[in-house]
Amino acid sequence: MSLIELQDIRRSFTIRTKAGRLRREKREVHAVDGLSFSIDAGECVGYIGPNGAGKSTTIKMLTGILVPSSGRLRVAGVDPARERVRLARRIGVVFGQRTTLWWDLPLRDSYELARRIYRIPDARYRANLDRCIELLDLGGLLDTPVRQLSLGQRMRGDLAAALLHDPQVLYLDEPTIGLDVVSKARVREFLREVNTRQGTTVLLTTHDLVDIEQLCGRVMVIDHGRVVYDGSLDGLHAAGQSERTLVVDLAEAGPAIEVAGARVVKVEGPRQWLAFPAQQSAAPIVAAVAARYPLADLSVREPAIEDVIARMYAEVAIG
Amino acid sequence: MAELLVPEPQVRGPEPQLLAPETRMARVRWALRSWRLVAAMWTRATMAYRASFYLMFAASIAATSLDFVVLLLMFQHTDSLGGWSLPELGFLYGTSGLCLGLANLLVGSADALGDRIRTGTLDTMLIRPAPALAQLCAERFSLRRLGRPLQAASVLAWSLTELHVRWTADRVLLVPVLLVCGTVIFGAVYIGGATLQFWWGEVRELQNSLTYGGATLIHYPPTIFAKELVAGVVFGIPLAFVNWLPSLRILGKPDPLGLPTAFQYASPIAAALCVLAAALAWRAGLRAYRGTGN
Ligand SMILES: Nc1ncnc2c1ncn2[C@@H]1O[C@H](COP(=O)(O)OP(=O)(O)OP(=O)(O)O)[C@@H](O)[C@H]1O
Ligand SMILES: [Mg+2]
Repeated sequence: MSLIELQDIRRSFTIRTKAGRLRREKREVHAVDGLSFSIDAGECVGYIGPNGAGKSTTIKMLTGILVPSSGRLRVAGVDPARERVRLARRIGVVFGQRTTLWWDLPLRDSYELARRIYRIPDARYRANLDRCIELLDLGGLLDTPVRQLSLGQRMRGDLAAALLHDPQVLYLDEPTIGLDVVSKARVREFLREVNTRQGTTVLLTTHDLVDIEQLCGRVMVIDHGRVVYDGSLDGLHAAGQSERTLVVDLAEAGPAIEVAGARVVKVEGPRQWLAFPAQQSAAPIVAAVAARYPLADLSVREPAIEDVIARMYAEVAIG
Repeated sequence: MAELLVPEPQVRGPEPQLLAPETRMARVRWALRSWRLVAAMWTRATMAYRASFYLMFAASIAATSLDFVVLLLMFQHTDSLGGWSLPELGFLYGTSGLCLGLANLLVGSADALGDRIRTGTLDTMLIRPAPALAQLCAERFSLRRLGRPLQAASVLAWSLTELHVRWTADRVLLVPVLLVCGTVIFGAVYIGGATLQFWWGEVRELQNSLTYGGATLIHYPPTIFAKELVAGVVFGIPLAFVNWLPSLRILGKPDPLGLPTAFQYASPIAAALCVLAAALAWRAGLRAYRGTGN
């Protein structure tokens, strides 16, 4: 049985807007609109989608904070909304936007309190805390009140707090938001460690696709509360009809060249850009170009995953 | 470091000692323990700044003593107010102040619920394996709030030595019952009022007028207020059960409303009903809670 299972989960919000002095208008927003998927123990899943797609809403339902409007939901065999407290011991949650630590207390006190509330056995607590301090470089921060920590420091503190009780699942809602390159790398390194070494299942939302590229074997793209893609990152290229680009430098400037299987997307003096489907080989195109035009230089550019995703988001918006 | 990284044999599936407490009693005990843990943490945190703590504590005692000083001044010109002597009023003042102060100490933080919802910190309470209400009530706990109950307790102690009351067994017993029920009732009003914020955001103002306004009202004897108002207090908000009705019995006063004497013993029932109402309101509120937008 899968660790996380959703069957046709929906969640809508009623929004009341003022329309005139006394009149109020009611409007339904379908934040999550019929989600079904399952995640097995040990997976690391990237959960992406444009703003307002319903990612945070999904995570809140998976933690038991929000109750689904309809559908069936199971995490580690329990219904999160009904057995929230029981589930809480088995999950770790990190919200990039806000801390789960006690804002005014030093990190150390927050961890100590977590130890008691989660009833973590002393030996486990010590081992886990020491490991987190080492991997996340928290040693010098333990006596600092959380509100005085920088964003990156706080995020590391939050990550540690979410893992002290050995959760089976770790949910991360934009864990790298606002972090610099070095901090991002450290957080990713740590998450990989947690996922591969300890077998903790990770579900991660992010707008930074490097997170996904480096961590997640599986990507789910959602939009308007529905899954629009579920599979490997490589598969996303095919699904997104992504294109590679052949950049050719001709001997002299001229009109756009004509080659079967590729189309010119840009001309700049003697340099021309030719796009062709990502899964197709570049060799025949290069050969065809070289046969008909004198070439000075050429290079092939891989599609940027950002572009693929951007195209996917745009398509869904139109379609 | 390598050793530390070796994964523990993972115990997956239900772990008996980790399951949430199943029985109602165990759940209550778990809630109280959670409250204590969080409150203890905050106490330690505030005691780190000892000087500031004592200063604020003294200020709070001085501020809360002012109402009683006003009462004392009124008695410069008269021996009784609406047929009540100063020690009798001291008894009313002391009991209601003590109950309100204790309730405020224990669950007063609940009225920050609106802020917690707006800033999303309620979400973080909901992901911990402890009752959210217990965490909410203990958040920012401060011993500084002991000021009011201590001051009220000393007025009460003074009034008890001055009162001319024949202390029969039932009257003696009624005093602790009154204090416990009163604290419970005020606590329930606090929580019930805070719960409204699930629906209306900031209703803290309204709620303060309920508890604090109510508390000032029952410092003064019922006869000096219009009958309708008194009746409204008895039946509208069960605050009267905090000390009017039991006090009438303890002090041997006639009831201006002429209610059956059974009402004078009804505080425990009123307290139980208040707790029930507050608990239901909290549940409904949590169900209605939708979280913040991001
Ligand atoms: N508490 C709420 N009340 C009303 N509407 C809400 C609430 N929470 C979310 N929504 C709406 O539900 C939709 C999904 O929001 P959600 O926060 O899940 O998006 P998201 O995928 O996390 O977006 P982002 O990438 O911007 O974080 C949005 O249209 C949002 O306006
Ligand atoms: Mg979000």
